[in-house]
Amino acid sequence: MIHQHRSHIYGVLGEFDNEHALMEAAEKTRNAGYRRIDAYAPFPVEGLSEALGLKSNKVALLTLIGGLCGGLGGFGFEYWCNVISYPLNIGGRPLNSWPAFIPVTFELTVLGASLSAVFGMLALNGLPQPYHPLFNVERFAKHATSDRFFLCIEARDKKFNLAEVARFMQSLGAHHVNEVRDD
Amino acid sequence: MSTGEPPINSPEIRRLSPVIEPGHTYGTVTDKISAIVLTRPASLGWFAGFALSFSIVMMLTVALAWLITKGVGIWGINIPIGWGFAIVNFVWWIGIGHAGTLISAILFLLNQKWRTSINRFAEAMTLFAVACAGVFPLIHTGRPWMAYYMFPYPSTMGIWPQFRSPLIWDVFAVSTYGTVSALFWFVGLIPDLATLRDRAVTKPKQIIYGMLALGWRGSARHWHRYQSAYLLLAGLATPLVLSVHTVVSFDFAVAIVPGWHTTIFPPYFVAGAIYSGFAMVLTIAIPLRKAYNLEDFITMRHLENMAMVMLATGLIVAYGYFFEFFLSKYSGNKFDVFLVDQRLHGPYRYFYFALILCNILTPQLLWFQKVRTNVPALFVMSLIINLGMWLERFVIVVISLTRDFMPSAWGRYSATFWDYATLVGTMGLFTMLLFLFVRVLPAISIAEMRELVAHTSEDDHK
Repeated sequence: MIHQHRSHIYGVLGEFDNEHALMEAAEKTRNAGYRRIDAYAPFPVEGLSEALGLKSNKVALLTLIGGLCGGLGGFGFEYWCNVISYPLNIGGRPLNSWPAFIPVTFELTVLGASLSAVFGMLALNGLPQPYHPLFNVERFAKHATSDRFFLCIEARDKKFNLAEVARFMQSLGAHHVNEVRDD
Repeated sequence: MSTGEPPINSPEIRRLSPVIEPGHTYGTVTDKISAIVLTRPASLGWFAGFALSFSIVMMLTVALAWLITKGVGIWGINIPIGWGFAIVNFVWWIGIGHAGTLISAILFLLNQKWRTSINRFAEAMTLFAVACAGVFPLIHTGRPWMAYYMFPYPSTMGIWPQFRSPLIWDVFAVSTYGTVSALFWFVGLIPDLATLRDRAVTKPKQIIYGMLALGWRGSARHWHRYQSAYLLLAGLATPLVLSVHTVVSFDFAVAIVPGWHTTIFPPYFVAGAIYSGFAMVLTIAIPLRKAYNLEDFITMRHLENMAMVMLATGLIVAYGYFFEFFLSKYSGNKFDVFLVDQRLHGPYRYFYFALILCNILTPQLLWFQKVRTNVPALFVMSLIINLGMWLERFVIVVISLTRDFMPSAWGRYSATFWDYATLVGTMGLFTMLLFLFVRVLPAISIAEMRELVAHTSEDDHK
């Protein structure tokens, strides 16, 4: 019965009382060889991403690229407007008066970097995502964003076996162990 | 939190009030803050305040409609005083906004825990102040429907903006500032919107907060990237906020008008912006914590810290005033010397005296802890500083323009009813937006308060 419904099962979710219990459980789960795991907390818990084996993320790189595009694009555009497309000769002053182009270049650098930081973060996180199987678990939907901590071992993990994972989750000290259904 | 000594008893902390009162858990902070939005019915006071500010906004719409019908002639401006209230109000509002960014970005980078309970509404204040500020450059153009001329767009006339002009820098600085402030605010709100979605009991609220929360579920992977993005945004917003008021000061400093053409303008405009902004944060925080019983979260420590920031930035502003005065005299330039004389003895001298009284003399009372911890005194002082900062911009704009180089080109300025209606109208807009904000969004960041609870309980265990 367990194996037949596997395709409809997203994973096994365990609930913990506080961030310390969650962190310990995450470490143990990873040490037990599970890789497709995720932890859920109502605030960013220091060290949790390391416990889950997450390394650096690409948000900073995207921000740098966005900032460079904004800055270079901004300066290039000003140059093109005021030097090539619509040159204004004012008392013979140089057309490429670059110091005067810096304020707008700076603002567009910040704008490009900020937009790519925010939208890059959302895109990497796969948000917006209105539906997620975890919301089918009533206690998760009610408490995950308020005062409870959850750990999920996902069904796509190579080692996943529903009964075994549920037992393992209980051994970690989780209460309210739930299977998460995706249907 | 429940075990060990309460932090209030340790000698080090007794000196300073805590940033959050002891005894709170993740659940209680969530309940208390989200209840303001979700379960507490709007009080009679809220309705009265909203109705009053809404009627002032109606006055603003009348003033704007009349302006668009008749043109800027309904204001007190003339030649030579082409920049009247519109620019005074613009600089005043945009300066007020700066404290919000300072609190959320710079104090975040400096890891100041006390920022947590005030950053959300300070950021809201920034957005609303930028919205009020944005009204003025638009309407002061005289033909607001042509304002898009300032943006670079492929026009059939084949012309492009003059990127060497501070007024174009202003367009880019203020619109970037508005955009980045909104992004920063929204990113901070995402986890709280998810909390509201999960705690809302009515269907419409669940759907609206659900859409705004973008499906946030608190995954550690998401938090990981979220924290990177938030830190980067804080790092970007910090130079941005300094650049915005610098660019605003360039509007003056790049011109050759006496009293404007000085290199001290950028730093002293930035300090003045932060000064007025903190005053406005206090003006909002004091009634807010009283009305919604948030004394546990916005403690005396916050009020005192803000008072100290006001004192420090007020002293920088005083330094700016002094050197403005000194350098004009020292330069020996007769127009600059004459301008100082005009400030002290000219027709607008009472504005200058009031400015010194409001911005330099009164805040010296903040040296005394008795004053800094006296809530009504702080509230009155924040109002005085707001007034003083408005007077500062009035002195800069009007005194320099009324009497510049040629006596034959001198003039006088007095504001009309419509000037005042527009100024008061934007105050109504600002207040109305704040009233709406406290009812529909959490005025304090719930996720960050939980983090603060986690850290405080760790400190207890140690």
